Amino acid sequence: MTTTEETEELRRTVRRFLDQRSTEAEVRRLMEDETGYDPAVWKQMAEQIGLQGLAIPEEFGGSGFSYNELRVVFEEMGRALLTAPFFATVALAANALIECGDDDAKKAYLPGIASGETIATLALSEERGGWDDKAVTLQASGSGSDWTLTGGKRFVPDAHVADLILVAARTADGISLFAVEKGAAGLSTEVELTMDLTRKLARVTLDSTPAQLIGTQGQAWNGLRRALRFAAVALAAEQVGGAQKVLDMTVQYSKERFQFGRPLGSFQALKHKMADMLVDIESAKSAAYDAARAVADGDADVELSASVAKAFCSETYFRTAAQGLQLHGGIGFTWEHPIHLYFKRAKSSEFLLGSPVYHRDLVGQALGI
Amino acid sequence: MTATATNQDADTELVIAKTEQLLRDYPPATTDRREFLSAQFDAGLAWVHFPKGKGGLELPRSLQHEVYVRLEEAGAPNGQMGNQLGYSMGAPTVLAWGDEQQHERYLRPIFLGDERWCQLFSEPGAGSDLAAVATRAVKDGDDWIMNGQKVWNSMASISDIGMLIARTDPEVPKHQGLTYFVIDMHAPGVEVRPLRQMTGEAEFNEVYLTDVRVPDAARLGAISAGWKVSMATLMNERVMFASEGMDKGPVETALDLYRERDHHEPELRTRMIDMWIKGRVLTLSNQRAAANRAAGTPGPEGSTGKIGYAELQQKGYELCLDLLGDESLLYDSYEMHEFTLESLKERPTKIDPRRRFLRSRANSIEGGSSEIMHNILAERVLGLPPEHRVDKDVPFSQVPRG
Repeated sequence: MTTTEETEELRRTVRRFLDQRSTEAEVRRLMEDETGYDPAVWKQMAEQIGLQGLAIPEEFGGSGFSYNELRVVFEEMGRALLTAPFFATVALAANALIECGDDDAKKAYLPGIASGETIATLALSEERGGWDDKAVTLQASGSGSDWTLTGGKRFVPDAHVADLILVAARTADGISLFAVEKGAAGLSTEVELTMDLTRKLARVTLDSTPAQLIGTQGQAWNGLRRALRFAAVALAAEQVGGAQKVLDMTVQYSKERFQFGRPLGSFQALKHKMADMLVDIESAKSAAYDAARAVADGDADVELSASVAKAFCSETYFRTAAQGLQLHGGIGFTWEHPIHLYFKRAKSSEFLLGSPVYHRDLVGQALGI
Repeated sequence: MTATATNQDADTELVIAKTEQLLRDYPPATTDRREFLSAQFDAGLAWVHFPKGKGGLELPRSLQHEVYVRLEEAGAPNGQMGNQLGYSMGAPTVLAWGDEQQHERYLRPIFLGDERWCQLFSEPGAGSDLAAVATRAVKDGDDWIMNGQKVWNSMASISDIGMLIARTDPEVPKHQGLTYFVIDMHAPGVEVRPLRQMTGEAEFNEVYLTDVRVPDAARLGAISAGWKVSMATLMNERVMFASEGMDKGPVETALDLYRERDHHEPELRTRMIDMWIKGRVLTLSNQRAAANRAAGTPGPEGSTGKIGYAELQQKGYELCLDLLGDESLLYDSYEMHEFTLESLKERPTKIDPRRRFLRSRANSIEGGSSEIMHNILAERVLGLPPEHRVDKDVPFSQVPRG
């Protein structure tokens, strides 16, 4: 348990770092860049502040902090629109490994993630999309410790730069998790053109690609589902950080922009919209912070908290970004102004890991209705 | 940090020890209500954040919770019961703005329930623009003579003291000419009439003041300082509204109704889930606000609660009516019903959802309308430029009204 002061100190550290290393100019440069991240910044994140390993257990090379701290990092990254494979590596792959129940795999891969040497991701969705067990149809061939994978995966964040791709595939007894390393025979990746250029999504093609089974054959789904929910909490924190930044930008602009001889922010119609954005964001923070706390405390109903946060924060971020764009007027529709970057991130993170429609349905199931 | 933590622990232990001592010395089962509350006041357990000798121990307000829990468990009388306005709004205002004699005069009777309090702020011409109150107080020797009309006064018909703001100087701009009084509700010229509302009952009253004589000793704070003094009352009002218990609210009612239905349209399921999520998030926000207040770092989440509360009540009971279906064509009773001392003691456990649906329309109006709350958030939290005010530097007597 850390105090608010310690959490805020972490926030200041991360914000200082990102203010220097993830400027708008840098984000725009990486949007156009095929790899989509700066290896020097990635290295500094690991070596100077230890961000990749923050919430990885100490026995696997991390610092052993909890989600209460990690969510602050994601909030700040969402605020800065950090363009890097951090979400793929830490939220998706590290959680999948931590929840996989296979100590050998944890020992093999988590220390590399914590030190920043390994970029990793999780490949779940296929041609038709989806983020639950039904989305997984790729059939693994083999037995024992000798497996190969043939088929395709889509919407895999940062797969094109990943040293390690965790692949969910069907085996005789259900869903299994496999490790595929960079350069494996028959493995190819291709970045698709994404609406949100700050997060690269790749198509992964596997052709008799050798793969290492992680955990017990057919038993991977429970751990994977938990990992996906924890990743959704990280995404909710990212959304909250982005939404707050949009509100900050909008308030600032409303004080500086004059029309009819008055600052825009003195018009009640606009003021009330910004007050609504504030109410919305403060509510979203409550949902995201509580879900992070639920992960940290290991609540029995942590998956419910995660779905509440993902559904609520997704919609808050989009509403905020849409309203923020509107309040900027014409300049908000230009390529030059940064608000469209947030608008696109908001819409795409609404779908990533399950839309609000999907998560609300999960909440309904949990309520028994 | 460590030193602070140790102090907190010591404070908590002290409060617990004093509460247990009180319960030992005055067993609730065999002690008279007044006697118990009087002893609680003397022990500094009436409001622990108040000064010593005035019902408090000069400890953090959050520790009052430790007292409540233990007294409730032991079946002790509750000082707030039946005098919520005196306890939550009157006492802090008296403490902040009253002099020694006024502390002595008012605090103990509030806590013992000897005197019930009500609030006489709003007027027909002063709702959201509260500083436009027109009730006049004119000095007459050592007294003031009051004339005017107040409205939306809950409990006024059963109260002994009224917190009132009146205009003492109409020739200065509106905020500057107000003075705060605590008047005797039984004084000649005070007439209380029930105000029937759309639900059929009368939670509130109108209060007519005709040549009411009020001694100067009943003035709280300086002449013309009434606006500032009233802020102490209003701040505590917003806390009261936002902290009403959420657990027996519209969401749970809707969920019960949902489960009783034999068929479920997909749209109702969608709305039910959405409402449940909103309710849960609001509860989490209230908890976050309380935790941040207790830690001494209140944030914007403290001011956003009232808007969210009103919205949840209204949308939640709209959903309840949709779940009730055609039963929503009917109503339980429009019989005129007023608040009495007896009805105060009954806890309103099962209020018909249709009545609550009608009542919820007031949630976005009372205690600062949602529109005013939006202004406050925009100006005070986001720092946006204030509204243009045409009445700001004009003497009150020259401001258009109507």
